[in-house]
Amino acid sequence: MPLTAEEVRHIARLARLGVTDAEVARLREQLSTILEHFEVLNAIDTEGVPPTTQSFDLANIERDDVSRPSATHADVLANAPRTEGSYIRVRRVLE
Amino acid sequence: MERMTTTATTKYEVVVGLEVHVQIKTQSKMFCGCSSAYFDAEPNSHVCPVCMGMPGMLPVINRRAVEATVLTGLALGCTIPPRSKFDRKNYPYPDLMKGYQISQYDQPLCLGGGLQVEADLGARFIRLERIHLEEDTARLLHREEAHGEGYSLLDVNRSGVPLMEIVSQPDIRSAAEAGVYLRMLRQTLRYIEVSDADMEKGSFRCDANVSLRPVGQEEYGTKVEVKNMNSFRAVQRAIETEIDRQTAILHAGGRIEQETRGYIDATGETASQRSKEQAHDYRYFPEPDLPPIAIAAEHVEALRATLPELPDARRARLEAQYSLAFADAHLLTETRTEAEAFEEAAVLVNVGITDAAAQQARTRAVAHWVIGDVARLRRAEGGGERDWSEIALTPSHIAELVTLTESGTITGTTAKEVLDIVFATGQSPVAIVAERGLGQVRDDAEIDRVASEVIAANPKAVSDYQGGKPSAIQFLVGQVMRQLRGRADANTAAEALRRHLDG
Ligand SMILES: [Zn+2]
Repeated sequence: MPLTAEEVRHIARLARLGVTDAEVARLREQLSTILEHFEVLNAIDTEGVPPTTQSFDLANIERDDVSRPSATHADVLANAPRTEGSYIRVRRVLE
Repeated sequence: MERMTTTATTKYEVVVGLEVHVQIKTQSKMFCGCSSAYFDAEPNSHVCPVCMGMPGMLPVINRRAVEATVLTGLALGCTIPPRSKFDRKNYPYPDLMKGYQISQYDQPLCLGGGLQVEADLGARFIRLERIHLEEDTARLLHREEAHGEGYSLLDVNRSGVPLMEIVSQPDIRSAAEAGVYLRMLRQTLRYIEVSDADMEKGSFRCDANVSLRPVGQEEYGTKVEVKNMNSFRAVQRAIETEIDRQTAILHAGGRIEQETRGYIDATGETASQRSKEQAHDYRYFPEPDLPPIAIAAEHVEALRATLPELPDARRARLEAQYSLAFADAHLLTETRTEAEAFEEAAVLVNVGITDAAAQQARTRAVAHWVIGDVARLRRAEGGGERDWSEIALTPSHIAELVTLTESGTITGTTAKEVLDIVFATGQSPVAIVAERGLGQVRDDAEIDRVASEVIAANPKAVSDYQGGKPSAIQFLVGQVMRQLRGRADANTAAEALRRHLDG
């Protein structure tokens, strides 16, 4: 069963992507195909198998709490579309 | 369950759960080596590709932040599961540099635990659900153009500062109880030195989930999340306001809407924060860049061994060890530095004293200075409360002051004067007394001479006294003390006066 147009728009909104109606129609098909591939995995019996969250058998990769110099101010602001003083200026955020 | 009909006579029970975000005191950030001392720093000066969320950067866990969270859990009676992991919490917001926050979803570092509180409903245990570790977000400041158009300014310094979230069960039943819970939580965090826990500076932030249910009903009512409180007073007031608002709606036969409301400090009200209608869809999934954390039982025990004596235990010990009243011991243990200063002074003041009664008197005197005049002086000037580490007065000064008073070298009145000078100058009490000639006047002839002067100058009080008003002598004693600048013993002064008047 293909995703609904509303589901596609919701996913796009969460990813902050603008989509046209034509794209929604195409993405419904494409995303549904991807989901169907995963349905294949769902057929496997995983009863009693703990979920895998890591593919390496590692744990406790930690660092000491030591601070080191940060990037320069110029580097930090280099990619900002707009700045004001030491700040990055962004569009108004409504809470 | 059958639907309850609500009328104005229905009694409601208050149900509050608190989520407290606490910045952990570390040198560096949670996942990178930038300094976490962002407060008062130049905006965007503590930033690197990791905490800026540049593509391809890899986070590395700060060990101290993990240990501080576990220590907090241990201080609050939590269980530390042997395995824990980080997850990505996805949401788009400009203060979240990566578009997701590294947090913990289903395997937090600490589970359970709680705090024993005592407020308007008596002694009650508030259970904790969990404590998890995450990273703080950047800071957004809202601005407006001259022509009225709004925009936001972004400071990334706070992004990635270690943050633990302490989530209570919905066990709190009144606004006052919420206040006591928060104060005890802050006290514990400060005792174990994992955070400054300063609400005004944003290192201790609280959101409240508030709901009501008819008394006797098991099922919880619809909860409202209240945000934007930046003082303990504000939290209590916001909860009270929200309880009143919900009670009025229910009594009018209405329904509570599940929503987030912001507290407005100026009015004491809460207002709906109408974010987009879509429910939060965080799409948590395990953080692929961070291997899990395995905490061996021995490691937990090693951390537990580093815990200092906690406030309640210390209070109980001070009560027993120094024969102090509950209220005094409670005040003395409010901060760890206060308790330490008291105990240090209590030891010093009793050096060479063998009589048990004398020891107790001296210890009590120390306690009264610490919770009385010293506390007053620490609070004075600018409203803020200065810690013992920030003042010129030391525990040994207190011990000296008590010794000078107990030995009769100075009077109680003089002692207060000396304390003020110590506070201002850091000079020792002994030096101040010697330098300024503040020693008690013990020359009976001197006191006698002043007494006769006072009698001569106050015929009205004298005739009152002799006319059968014994209390009139108090006025005369006061005059003698004034002449001697408080450096005489009041009983000696009264005796001298009576010798003249009754003679
Ligand atoms: Zn960084």
